[in-house]
Amino acid sequence: MIDALTIAVAVTALALAAWCGFAAFRDQPTKDWHFIGMAIVSLLGIVQLVIAVVQLSRGQSPDKGTALFVAYLLGAAACVPATGFMSLSERTRWGSATAAAGAVVLAVLEVRLFDIWGGGSA
Amino acid sequence: MPEAVPGTTATTAADGGAPAKRSLGTGPGRLLVALYGIFTVAAASRSLYQLIAQFDRAPLAYSLSAVSAVVYGFITFSLVRGGEGARRAAFACCALELLGVLGIGTWTLLDRSAFPDATVWSDYGMGYLFIPIFLPVTGLIWLRRARTA
Repeated sequence: MIDALTIAVAVTALALAAWCGFAAFRDQPTKDWHFIGMAIVSLLGIVQLVIAVVQLSRGQSPDKGTALFVAYLLGAAACVPATGFMSLSERTRWGSATAAAGAVVLAVLEVRLFDIWGGGSA
Repeated sequence: MPEAVPGTTATTAADGGAPAKRSLGTGPGRLLVALYGIFTVAAASRSLYQLIAQFDRAPLAYSLSAVSAVVYGFITFSLVRGGEGARRAAFACCALELLGVLGIGTWTLLDRSAFPDATVWSDYGMGYLFIPIFLPVTGLIWLRRARTA
């Protein structure tokens, strides 16, 4: 796995979490700009999924097991889109809080992914 | 009598307009649905993997993780479904969840030899940033407030 990409996903996820959390703090629902942000983070997650699958198919394998790694990859790719859709139908501050929670979870998953791959060696 | 909940205008609006069916998973409940959903997926996939791949290493711990996954799944389903019956069922499950976290958390601290590997609720959910212990408390408060006439 490319460490730089993992770090990029984690950092953008945290930024998104802070942004949506701020919207929740100001009692505002998620707006178009928030959804563009979620789309960018989701896209990074999908790019990561594709790159990781390519590397797995080339014979590289994560330190702590392929099944575990793939499960975390799928979770990472799915969690921001899923919470994004949930905030789409909840037009209050709680929709923003939901999107922020999803982004925090993504950041945590990235740390675990880094760990499972065997951080630093790629 | 519908309770007037200060501060959550969305909830009272939903209670007034739509039937009580929808009120559990909206407003603050939406955040709870998201967190419970995430924990259902996390606990279920973790325990499934461990039960299949390495059951012999710590059967008790992995079985308890599977139980927590079922509890999380049921609460998520009840929150989404809504209605008074689902609210009561979810309330009971949140209480069970709290007891589970406290009980298993204490058990793992007292008798480490029984747990060669961690469960979702080991050390009061420390491996999950202690969210497992905050989640049922928040859930119980929310389900109490969401009670409708």
